[in-house]
Amino acid sequence: MNFFIVSLIKTGIVAAVLLTTLAYLQWIERKVLAHIQLRPGPYRVGPHGLLQPLADVIKLVTKEGVIPPYAHTLFYLLAPILAVSIALTAIVAIPFGPQVTVFGVTTNMGLADLNIGILFILAISSLGVYGVALGGWASNSKYPLLGGLRSSAQMISYELPLALAIVAPLLIMNTLNFRDITIAQGGYWLGFIPKWNVFAGPFPQIFSFIIFLIASFAETNRVPFDLPEAESELVGGFHTEYSSMGFASFFMAEYANIVTVCCVGTVLFLGGWQPLWPAAYGSDLAPVVIHFAAAAMFFYHGANALKTRRWDRFSFPVFGVLFLALGGLFLVPILKPVLIPLFWFLAKALFLVFLFIWIRGTLPRFRYDQLMRFAWTFLFPVAVANLLVTAFLVAVTSK
Amino acid sequence: MEGLLFLTFATIAVLCAINLVLQTHPISSALSLIGVLGSVAVLYLLLGGEFIAAVQLIVYAGAIMVLFVFVIMLLNTGAEKRPTRKVLVTWISLPLLFTFIALAAMLIGAQVPRTETVTFGGFAGGTTLSVGRALFTQYLLPFEITSILILIAILGAVVLARKEI
Repeated sequence: MNFFIVSLIKTGIVAAVLLTTLAYLQWIERKVLAHIQLRPGPYRVGPHGLLQPLADVIKLVTKEGVIPPYAHTLFYLLAPILAVSIALTAIVAIPFGPQVTVFGVTTNMGLADLNIGILFILAISSLGVYGVALGGWASNSKYPLLGGLRSSAQMISYELPLALAIVAPLLIMNTLNFRDITIAQGGYWLGFIPKWNVFAGPFPQIFSFIIFLIASFAETNRVPFDLPEAESELVGGFHTEYSSMGFASFFMAEYANIVTVCCVGTVLFLGGWQPLWPAAYGSDLAPVVIHFAAAAMFFYHGANALKTRRWDRFSFPVFGVLFLALGGLFLVPILKPVLIPLFWFLAKALFLVFLFIWIRGTLPRFRYDQLMRFAWTFLFPVAVANLLVTAFLVAVTSK
Repeated sequence: MEGLLFLTFATIAVLCAINLVLQTHPISSALSLIGVLGSVAVLYLLLGGEFIAAVQLIVYAGAIMVLFVFVIMLLNTGAEKRPTRKVLVTWISLPLLFTFIALAAMLIGAQVPRTETVTFGGFAGGTTLSVGRALFTQYLLPFEITSILILIAILGAVVLARKEI
């Protein structure tokens, strides 16, 4: 029974954090894009637009949900539910940290410890295409249909290089369990280079990592592969006809897929919760230093606030104190074994999320034939070659 | 717990299979088939075949059925038109079907010797490790022959789809 209670609590925490993150990813994306394009981004709702996600949620929930008259009603309503539930399910296989003991209960940080973790993620993400394809078809309108068809063709094509890129590090790791994969990536070469799979012997998996990233951009329908929802040619692609919660569900599904892909990339290639440099050289202090530096910046700007922005004199020190407290949490001995691995995991995963947004702000969209040619004549052969070299070196060295 | 899960997913599988036949629209049938494949994957998982369960989802539900749905959407076929049946066919077909199934089950049951009943979790050979080991040692020849067969199929597809030069 104890197992069920602990699982329920963990599920509650992960669900709450994940849903908040999904709402705020929208804000982060708009802010980062805005700063790339030299404009302030959302600014009106709350300080620096921090309450914008809340306003968006209220707006989306209270809008009227329109069902187009010639849509296939059942499938039209089913598609967004399918998309969002499949996208949210994938997170259960991700380990966020090592085994910890909290209040005398020893448990894994993460929901399910699956022997076939990576296969589970592949299975769930391969089902994700149904939400998009079905939504596009059931709307019974030309732009969504084109978006849905493009999406299914694109996802089938890029699933191959994605799977091949995932297989290469698995050959080195010799397990499909995410937790074992992360634990095996602990330790350092020469005392300071982390034994992550991107630096691993016998063949560094840096090429697999790049192929994985490119393919996952296509799998999550992101720029430069966002043809299923290309605004300038297909209005909104597969979700053109959706409004209110249907639209919100598709958006949540897209962000949830990004989070999952970034977590998988972190675990497979960047060593999961393993720190960037050894604890002997003070990697435990990194989160403290970062938070304290942020606090110091807030205090400095609070003290030197502009005459036209008198409110900053009070709001900035409040945020400074908040960051001081957050940094202090990483020094508490009881919380340390929980928070430090979590910090490293989130730092890597959020860096990958930032990369997704950064590339959206940088690259233009592929043309459809370029997209397919790129997948089949470049990415796929390179992934096969990478896999063959890795397999050969693993076979030679593992005696 | 396992018994309850088995009953739930076996029921879902059977209901989806019946729905697959009854539906007139191809998309509904395709989605019901995905339901069948998904619940059968859960049944594999209950029996300890975790690798087979995952591969069932990845290959059948995730790749083959996507192509089915893709083609149905591209052709945009409408609902199927049912032919009108004779009264005799309508009334006799179901009883005949059940008699056939019962007879087949009786014959097979008489031929195959009784073994011990299946227990959940009793089978330990379903992990990725043991499946891989069996494939690449004991069943290497069938495995290689299957891969050559698939290669021939791919080449055939390319030849058929190639434009005349």
